[in-house]
Amino acid sequence: MYKIEKSRLSELFAAIAAQEDLFLPIKKCDQANYGLWTEEAEVDLDTLKTVKSPKDCFFPQSETLYKCKNEDGKLAIDPAKLQDKPFVVFGMRACDVQAVKVLDNVFLNDPVDSYYAARREHGILVAMACHEPEETCFCKVFGIDAANPAADVATWMVGEDLYWKALTEKGEALTKLVENLLTDADEAAVEKEKKQIQAIIEKLPFSHLDLSVFENSELMELFDSPKWEEMYKPCLACGTCTFVCPTCQCYDIKDFNTGSGVQRYRCWDSCMYSDFTMMAHGNMRTSQMQRFRQRFMHKLKYYPDNNDGMYSCVGCGRCVSKCPASLNIVKVIKKMGGEA
Amino acid sequence: MQELVKRAKELLADGTVVRVLGWKQGDLGYNPEPAYFNSEEELKDFVYDGFCGANLSKYMIEACKMEGNTLVFLKPCDTYSFNQLIKEHRVKREKAYIIGVGCKGTLDIDKVKNAGIKGIESISQDGDTLKLKTIYGEKEFPFNDALLERCTVCKGKTHQVYDELIGAAEGEEAGPVGNRFEMVEKLEAMSPKERFEFWQGELSKCIRCNACRNACPACSCLKCVFDSNQFDTAQKANVDTFEEQMFHIIRAFHVAGRCTDCGECSRVCPQGIPLHLLNRKFIKDINEFYGEYQAGEDTDSRAPLTNYTFEDVEPGIVVERGQK
Repeated sequence: MYKIEKSRLSELFAAIAAQEDLFLPIKKCDQANYGLWTEEAEVDLDTLKTVKSPKDCFFPQSETLYKCKNEDGKLAIDPAKLQDKPFVVFGMRACDVQAVKVLDNVFLNDPVDSYYAARREHGILVAMACHEPEETCFCKVFGIDAANPAADVATWMVGEDLYWKALTEKGEALTKLVENLLTDADEAAVEKEKKQIQAIIEKLPFSHLDLSVFENSELMELFDSPKWEEMYKPCLACGTCTFVCPTCQCYDIKDFNTGSGVQRYRCWDSCMYSDFTMMAHGNMRTSQMQRFRQRFMHKLKYYPDNNDGMYSCVGCGRCVSKCPASLNIVKVIKKMGGEA
Repeated sequence: MQELVKRAKELLADGTVVRVLGWKQGDLGYNPEPAYFNSEEELKDFVYDGFCGANLSKYMIEACKMEGNTLVFLKPCDTYSFNQLIKEHRVKREKAYIIGVGCKGTLDIDKVKNAGIKGIESISQDGDTLKLKTIYGEKEFPFNDALLERCTVCKGKTHQVYDELIGAAEGEEAGPVGNRFEMVEKLEAMSPKERFEFWQGELSKCIRCNACRNACPACSCLKCVFDSNQFDTAQKANVDTFEEQMFHIIRAFHVAGRCTDCGECSRVCPQGIPLHLLNRKFIKDINEFYGEYQAGEDTDSRAPLTNYTFEDVEPGIVVERGQK
């Protein structure tokens, strides 16, 4: 266990950034989002949750896959360069770290997504324990411990110091890189902080949601529930929940006509959108109720059924605070679980 | 609030309406959701407080297509949107039974949270103070400091359309209100470079979730050009850094002259982009060029941009202004 004074964090960031790209929460126009560190950037480690999750660092909202050009009557294809240099994502919360594992199951299983795999291979996750969890948090429901984030390096903010502990080989290597800035520390302060965090989490209003209905019910029984019809109506069919979500992984592939060629890119898609899963024959989901149901069935039933019970919600609560109509997965869990 | 529920039950019982469109109690004290109530029993969850910011006029587009009439609760501000939708033939007046409800201003929970109040369990109001129970202790926050921007420049407490009123304060001004064009004027005074940087900063936060469009009562197209896969306009993400600006600028142009300045776009934006400023710039220009105009004040007049008079400003004004 090491530590560094909070007042010296900019030195730490500069040291990391001198070697590797460093992404961390940056406040721009009043909102905290992950961005590339620069000396001028306003780093914001106090905001518990960035608006967008750090998902972009591994699976960007929009990325070019390849470019096609007409060169003297021949078609030239220029594939996008894969990530080949290490980079650091600093300040990830335990929920966001778990979210990356959810994405891993999708993109690293056969057929492997080479763009994502390259970023995962080179990305180093530095997580930060949640000093003051908020009422919208419910990571505990999914077995996530916000006091002990399971990344390459775990950090804790206690008093005037940031405590630092490498948990993997990648983490050890990063620690070596900045060793001269860190001093040895004992674990007592961190142990106390962990207990405090866990005590707060016990008290959070959504910490004890009951997921048993999703474990114990047949898929079709949930799918056919009349409750979806009762729940979806306020949904405006915007994509806010899906785009702030750290685990939503659906994407669309599109062509951009550059005038002299084609840029094929992929971008996040949203099951809330009317052309989601649009195919040549038409669309199999024709109503907003079906699209609404898809999102929650995917998170709470389809994904866990296919991934040894792992849910594809991590309880970060971003959708809870951002839905324009105040609908969210917590209300769905409660309603499906029998609560009125 | 009890009076609203009582009246809703009566109107359901006597068959005037078959459903009620209002707000349902949430589970955090600040997250009520727009909801349909089909029976007296369901109305037990009805709520009306400062967090019922959602403009239900938008939902009336769908409600008007349903069987039977709908009772809808509209705040003064929401009635402008309803009128505008009548004018555009998007809602049917006879399908709605409108109860105009009084409004003391709608609240932005982020303003409370940004002041460092975390872990909110419940909220109550005591005069001009919000009392918050949080897991980190009891906190207080001034009601007026939590108001959404739109409410600090309130249009007034008069309902533009209704069947009956409950708790309304017709004709009253809403406390001390600011000049709603103040920020637009600041932007106008900026150099083109400063102004570009302002919008570049704000709009680059856009995640293309379409919340602004989908919450907007003026955005009532059956199919948005940005959703159509028949054209190159379909967008789910930006292919370059300028594209996000195109989306918002095109949207602002499309609602110009129809936007009532209800402020829903800015209320729902997950990235806190002050989208209303684009609309207000159009409103300000329309006022200056064609005379004071407030969309949604009536249902039958011709709007400035769909009308022609000899007093209209010459098109050359655009060139002249650009030379300043």
